Parts: sequence; structure tokens; C-alpha cells
Amino acid sequence: MTDRNAIDAHGLHKRFGDLQVLKSVDLSVRSGEVVVIMGPSGSGKTTLLRCLNLLERPDAGTVTVRGRTVDCSARGSGRGRARLIRDIRIRTAMVFQQYNLFPHMTVLQNVVEGPLSVRRLPRPYAVEVGERLLERVGLADKRDEYPSRLSGGQKQRVAIARALAMDPEVVLLDEPTSSLDPELRGEVLQVLRDLAARGTTMVIVTHEIAFAREVADRVLFMDSGYILEEQPPRTFFTDPASTRVRSFLRLMTGVESQPELGAAG
Amino acid sequence: MDFLALPLPALLQGLAVTFFLGLASFVLGSGLGAVVALARISAVLPLRLAAVAYVSVFRGTPLLIQIMLVYFGLPQLGVRIPPIPSAILTFTLYSGAYLSENFRGGILAVDKGQWEAANSMGLTYRRMLGRIIFPQAIRTALPAIGNRFIALMKDTSLASAITVVELTRVAESAGSSSFRYVEAFVAAAAGYWLINTALSLGQAALERRMGRAYA
Repeated sequence: MTDRNAIDAHGLHKRFGDLQVLKSVDLSVRSGEVVVIMGPSGSGKTTLLRCLNLLERPDAGTVTVRGRTVDCSARGSGRGRARLIRDIRIRTAMVFQQYNLFPHMTVLQNVVEGPLSVRRLPRPYAVEVGERLLERVGLADKRDEYPSRLSGGQKQRVAIARALAMDPEVVLLDEPTSSLDPELRGEVLQVLRDLAARGTTMVIVTHEIAFAREVADRVLFMDSGYILEEQPPRTFFTDPASTRVRSFLRLMTGVESQPELGAAG
Repeated sequence: MDFLALPLPALLQGLAVTFFLGLASFVLGSGLGAVVALARISAVLPLRLAAVAYVSVFRGTPLLIQIMLVYFGLPQLGVRIPPIPSAILTFTLYSGAYLSENFRGGILAVDKGQWEAANSMGLTYRRMLGRIIFPQAIRTALPAIGNRFIALMKDTSLASAITVVELTRVAESAGSSSFRYVEAFVAAAAGYWLINTALSLGQAALERRMGRAYA
């Protein structure tokens, strides 16, 4: 892990109509860090993640990746700005809850599309990178299949390989296991554990408590548009500062964990 | 029935002209339709309005009147276009209006997540459309597009009204010179049917091919 930040976001505001979804959120992620974002639905965690990639345009605030900053309160458009936004998107890869693989392309084509179309790598090299990444997510043998032939867990692993193929500063994962059967979650989580061990910078929105506890360097808790609490996982899960987090965790973990939480509190 | 009385070479030539008119107009109309569909979903209001106005006019008026206006009307404005280019121009404008709506339907049917995935990886708008959105949109729109192509092939018979010697016109003159009207029009109808059957087969093959990924 280095001191360098992979991504810095400051003062992010976002409203949808009357609803203020993000209220001045700051988030910096160091290179190599794994940040897990938890919180109730509607708390703004997915919006925050999408704002980091500028898939959602914040109403105000700045996003900085690799020394390049987009100031979202400046309303301008134009080529320079579009270019800047694209630069930031290229460096911040998204993994979606619904995978969003390109159905008309094979697994390998999905993975090499970004390297070829965006990074302009020569095809043989892009294919080599793609095959290596498919190997890493355990799907080398599926390279010529179409997504419709894959299970949900396999699709999500392809989506992860596709994100990594962009060689991003940070991978943003939006509830990557929420659409999966319990049996299939394990294979995706295993891939993510492996990435964390290799030092891949990740911001993960998830409800997987055991997983978060194991791989997160830091856990953020969001509630109604704010980051309410920010802790190392050990503290977060055993001795959170706010009662809001405490009650959230009690709901998430069910009965058997209550004594531990009670004892810690 | 005496089909042998008909001038076969002239009929074959008429068939070729008909096929050429239909194919050229379809290709040009598809290009135009794609551009208009993009204008229609554009963020720029004047582009959207122009697209709506164009579709409204060319879809809302009879093709025969459009052909007449292009061939007999434009010369009054100083623009004189020979019959075959006039016909192709009109068929292109007419089919472009319909095809733009077919394309638009196909584009709107592409899952929102596809736009997001393409956007999130920093594809340019052009590449996103060309690599991700259009291939999926066309697959969805293919049955409707095939319908348009077949309808257009038959609509080319209206070019006979502006002296283009295509299949219908050949049949008319063959009928009047030999008094074998029924044979002439049956032969012409068979010609259209043959072309359109071939197009249907091609469309079915294309649908199978594009559906492979989704099996």
C-alpha cells in the first residue's frame, strides 16, 4: 500500500428532485485500500459509488483521480470537459449488481472491448491480458461462450475481469453479490478476496458482513445522505460509535450476534 | 393463358430495375433512418424537433403524391432530377421516416444497464452506439426492418407513374401491346413475390445468426 490516493472526492452533493441523496460527502481512498460502504437502502451508497465514476453527475463537489479533477459545480460542457470526465471514467471501473455484460459479445470480447476501444491496446496484447484476467477469475474455459450461457456468478466474475481489464485506479462494485443465490455468492466473494490480497483498490457497496469484516481496510456507514461512521472493520462490527449502526448491524446479523454486540456496547 | 407471348427480356430488365430501386432506397433510407433516430433521441431540442417534423411529413402523406411532387414539383423550383434518381430520392425519404422509428424502437429497447456499462468504461458516444447499442438495437428491430424492406420493394411500382421503366411499367406496356394484361400482371406479381421471398429467407437467416448469442 502506498500513500498515494487512488481517488479523492470532496463535498459531493446530489439531489433527485426534492430528495437530497448526498449531502456533502467526502471520500478518499488510498491506493491498495479496500473500502466497504454499508447502510440501509436509500441511504445514498449506490449514488455515491456512481458519482465516483461520474455515471451520476453530482450537483456539486470535486472528483480527483490521478491528479485530474472534475469540478461538478462548474456547469460547463464542451469537449475539454467531456474528455476529462471520460478520463476519470476510464480510471474508475464499475461492477454492477445486474452485471450488465454485453450480450452480443463473447466472454473474451466483453473483457477486451475496453482495452481495444478505449485504451487502444494492440489486439494480441489485449487478448493476452483478457485471457490472463479470465484465468484469474477462473473462467478461462468460458472465453468463447456468450453471457446467456453463464450462471449469475460466472457473469459477475466476467464483469469483474472486464473491469480489471481497464487497469483502473479503483474498482467500484455496486452490491456485486445481491442478485446471486447464496451458493453462487461464494465464488464471487472468493474472487474479490483474491483481488484484495493482490492489492487491488476497491470500493464495495455490500451487505455481506462476514466478507466486509475479512477484507475491508475501512468500513463506511451511510445514512440519509451522510457518512455517519467510518471505522476499521474490527471496531465497526464489534464496537460501533453510533446507536444507528448498532441497530443496523443487529438487524443484518440476526439473533446469534446480538450477545456479542451487546457485550461490546 | 399465354405467357410465351410476353417479352421476357423486357420483364427481366424491369425486374432488375425494381430490385435496384428497392435495394438502393433501402440502403440509403437505412442510413437516413439511423441518423434521424439518433436526432430523435438527442439531447439537442432542435434536432429532436426536426426529426419529429420530418417523420410526420414523410410518414403522413401518400407516397404517390411525394413522388409526383419530387418529379413534377421540384422542376418548378429549378431543381430538375431524372426519373430514376427522383424515385430513389423519394423512396429514401419515405422509407427513412419509417425506418427511423424502427431504429428508435430498437434503441429504446436496449437495457439501460448497457448504456451505463459502456459509459462507465469511458467509451465515446460514437463507439458506444456503434459497438454496444446498435448491434443490440438492430437485432430487436430486425423483424420490423425486414417488413419495411419488403413493403418498399412493392412500393417501387409507384415509380411507373414518373416513367421509370420498372417491373410494373414493363407489365403495363407488355399488356397493352399484346392485349395479354392478365398474363403480364401475373408475371409481374410473380417477380415481386420472388424478390420478396428471397428477402424473407435472408431475413430469417439473419435473425437466426443474430440470435445465436441469446440461445
